[in-house]
Amino acid sequence: MSQDTVKRDRPWLMRTYSGHSSARASNALYRTNLSRGQTGLSVAFDLPTQTGYDSDHPLARGEVGKVGVPINHIGDMEALFDQIPLAQMNTSMTINATAPWLLALYVAVAERQGVDPAQLQGTTQNDVLKEYLSRGTYIFPPAPSVRLTTDLIAYTVQNIPKWNPTNICSYHLQEAGATPTQELAYALSTAIAILDAVKAAGQIPADVFSDVVGRISFFVNAGIRFVEETCKLRAFGRMWDTLTRERYGVENPKQRLFRYGVQVNSLGLTESQPENNVQRIVLEMLAVTLSKNARARAIQLPAWNEALGLPRPWDQQWALRMQQVLALETDLLEYGDLLDGSPVVEAKVQELIAGAQAEMARVESHGGMVACIESGYVKRELVQSHTRRMRNIESGELQIVGVNCYQESAESPLTAGEESGIMKVDARAEREQIDSLLAFRASRDQNLVDDALAQLRSAASDGSNIMAASIQCARVGVTTGEWSEVLRQVFGEYRAPTGIDITAPNQGGSDALIAVRARVHATGEELGRPLRLLIGKPGLDGHSNGAEQIAVKGRDAGFEIVYDGIRLTPSQIARAAQEEGVHLIGLSVLSGSHLELVEDIIQELKKIGASDIPLVIGGIIPEDDARRLKAQGLKAVFTPKDVDMNAIMDTMVTIIRDANGLSSSV
Amino acid sequence: MHRPQDIACVELAAAVARGERAALADALNLLDDRREVPRERAAALLSQLQRDYPQPKGHLIGITGPPGAGKSTLSAALIRVWRQRALRVAVLAVDPSSPISGGALLGDRLRMQTSAEDDGVFVRSLSNRGQFGGLSAEVWPMSQVMLAGFDIVLIETVGVGQREVDVSRMCDTTCYVAQPGSGDSIQFLKAGILEVPHILVVNKSDMGDVARRTLAELGSALTREHPDGGWQVPVIATSATTDSGIETLADIMAQHHRHLLTQQQLSTRRQSYQAHWILKRLQEEFGSFGIERLGGEQALLNKLRQPDSNSLSQYDALRHKLNAPATDTQK
Repeated sequence: MSQDTVKRDRPWLMRTYSGHSSARASNALYRTNLSRGQTGLSVAFDLPTQTGYDSDHPLARGEVGKVGVPINHIGDMEALFDQIPLAQMNTSMTINATAPWLLALYVAVAERQGVDPAQLQGTTQNDVLKEYLSRGTYIFPPAPSVRLTTDLIAYTVQNIPKWNPTNICSYHLQEAGATPTQELAYALSTAIAILDAVKAAGQIPADVFSDVVGRISFFVNAGIRFVEETCKLRAFGRMWDTLTRERYGVENPKQRLFRYGVQVNSLGLTESQPENNVQRIVLEMLAVTLSKNARARAIQLPAWNEALGLPRPWDQQWALRMQQVLALETDLLEYGDLLDGSPVVEAKVQELIAGAQAEMARVESHGGMVACIESGYVKRELVQSHTRRMRNIESGELQIVGVNCYQESAESPLTAGEESGIMKVDARAEREQIDSLLAFRASRDQNLVDDALAQLRSAASDGSNIMAASIQCARVGVTTGEWSEVLRQVFGEYRAPTGIDITAPNQGGSDALIAVRARVHATGEELGRPLRLLIGKPGLDGHSNGAEQIAVKGRDAGFEIVYDGIRLTPSQIARAAQEEGVHLIGLSVLSGSHLELVEDIIQELKKIGASDIPLVIGGIIPEDDARRLKAQGLKAVFTPKDVDMNAIMDTMVTIIRDANGLSSSV
Repeated sequence: MHRPQDIACVELAAAVARGERAALADALNLLDDRREVPRERAAALLSQLQRDYPQPKGHLIGITGPPGAGKSTLSAALIRVWRQRALRVAVLAVDPSSPISGGALLGDRLRMQTSAEDDGVFVRSLSNRGQFGGLSAEVWPMSQVMLAGFDIVLIETVGVGQREVDVSRMCDTTCYVAQPGSGDSIQFLKAGILEVPHILVVNKSDMGDVARRTLAELGSALTREHPDGGWQVPVIATSATTDSGIETLADIMAQHHRHLLTQQQLSTRRQSYQAHWILKRLQEEFGSFGIERLGGEQALLNKLRQPDSNSLSQYDALRHKLNAPATDTQK
């Protein structure tokens, strides 16, 4: 058979999750990526944008442009899509609590480009429920959050028919520790919660409700156990088909399709021997492409060096090339489903479905997904699963090459060199962003802004769809912080359960743990009271896995742990440390804002006369920064390389002993 | 940073009484310290406080109830109300600890703060340090130090049964928070396992029928006259989420405080709590032999309960006496 007569399936959408520094810098990056064969855009927003703060808000300090692009107003959004025709583009936006606002800005930019908004194509992630469990960029309590989600869904189904209004995410559940069964159960339970809410809101006539169901898409994770992961996706497809038919009476099989995009697993990417991440990513991509009947619609791959810091354009290009090789060079797209009829696969799928159904029934019996998030049930289950995973890595039961086995390595040429294999965001980016924001605010018509915000407030209060008022806000130059502040005033703010109140294991633990525990106790005796530890997550970053695992391990090692979850200000952390009389403060920062945040915390401690409390930090912290932090007085810097948590505990005891003038032996 | 060792107790007591946060934190650390020298300093500090600042005007309130009843959210809502009334609030949040590792996970302090910069709220979390059926011995002296500098001191504890007894033998006003739909509280009350609180609260009244039923059952489960006399135990519905009933609860707490003051029950009650704590502490430090040397439990209690006695100074003195066995016994 000659090449040109072979019928190949059309490849999936290829994207790279990206954005940094400023709208202009990100726009340049997008245009480069598109010229290299990328077929869609995936916008990463910075944390202030995701949590509804302008770049000049005190909480935004150090976070502007770090994990994504800062978008404060329509001017930024216009610059982001400069020379990118929105009518042809398929844009995915990872945005949740502020999703209606960013979509409003997108619509307003389309209007300015002369594009009919009805033609727009793309996706808003718009799944706030998982933010309470993982990732942490929620703002409002669950009820108003669900309402905003459903407003956006109702709006796009009626006005932007090709838009995917929500991407129910099982991705972040896996990152938070979910097993495949939990991923299935909690993602589908979330979908039920959202669809039920749309139905109850009554904005969509009953006869077109199936259109809503048809627009629901998913954002899934694929881990390294790629056989199981493939089966998970087949299970997803089957369960969704049944659910949409039985619960929502959807007749059209096309509207019952499980449509999903993927970002493969970041949790399993390692900082040690990071080149191994390349083969991990490729294998994980296989999981979501191998089976034609359960193939992803869109794929974005992380860069090999994600655990080290921010990827450079070349790293992103490498990730894109992996997709292109699989789609264009291999024969994968020439065949039908390879796994249909395999008894092994079928048995595994059945097993996953049974497990997921049981867990879904449990969620339902506890009042559904929203109730289970509010009560902390789901979060506790996830923290527990993740704790199990960490214990298995620690014990060596779960082997990770280069991490807990085969650690020895020749020096890597990839991470050598001046930039150590990662990108540095220009420190001036934050200042420049703030300057341009101030100029923008000064240039707009304040009366129009005030009117638009008043309309927004009344829409929020009286329950009418939030989108129309939001789009009007976008047009007249309202900022992200202003839009969010009005809603904060109407809806209030929320703190989600931390999930760490899981029960201690009833066995004594490993020898290493018992040894640390003895040291913790002995040191407590010598200092006259039990050792106390404050775990603090400063800044806007909500990735709390690390902090949670350290908290649980610390408790098991005999520390009294004070942990209050995410998004703490430096002043809250300093005061808590003092009021609680802790012996050590452990910080966790993953967003790259560690330098600024640590500086602020040291300042605050000094201000209240508590600077003798030793400080350590864990996170994605490049070596250069680690040196700088230590020069500022930090006692230890832990990175993803440090998987032995007993050793971390031990180091902390030593630091406490040093700080209190005790000998380091014991 | 100044350590308590470096500051004379007089000075520390004064700073605590002024409500200085760093001083209070230091004082709490000192009271937590089991080593010999800090113990002595702690005793000296308590005695100093009682001497220089007798009869603190603050109100010591205990909130207790089963897990999941929403005590933390209720406390947070109360704190907001108290802050609006310009009252300064200190909180002792007592959480359970793990019996295996001795470690504990303490959280929820953030819920209680109205804002990070608010100097009017101070929160210390405490694990109960594996004390079964009781609060750890540090809670009472800590609450006393807090009372010196704050208008309201709130002790929040988890548990059903024995633990409430402890908290009710320590606070001016005890408030029990019941979980709607759970019959436990009522059973405990009826069986007398649960000491009668001064105020009964059914939180989560937004739960509707379930909450109303629990409210009715609680109302009929107890004789409303409190054993202390002269106080009718009110049963109140609150909802921290919809912010209803909170002002009323704060009013009733204040009313009970006034009641204690007008009945002149407050000082006798505090005196008696103090006596019990001192006895317990001395027992723990010096064993029953030590107590015998002081003339036995009853004689000691009587002495400590005498009106106008500065029992904390006595505690200090008694410790010294027991710590000097050689001269004492040979005489």
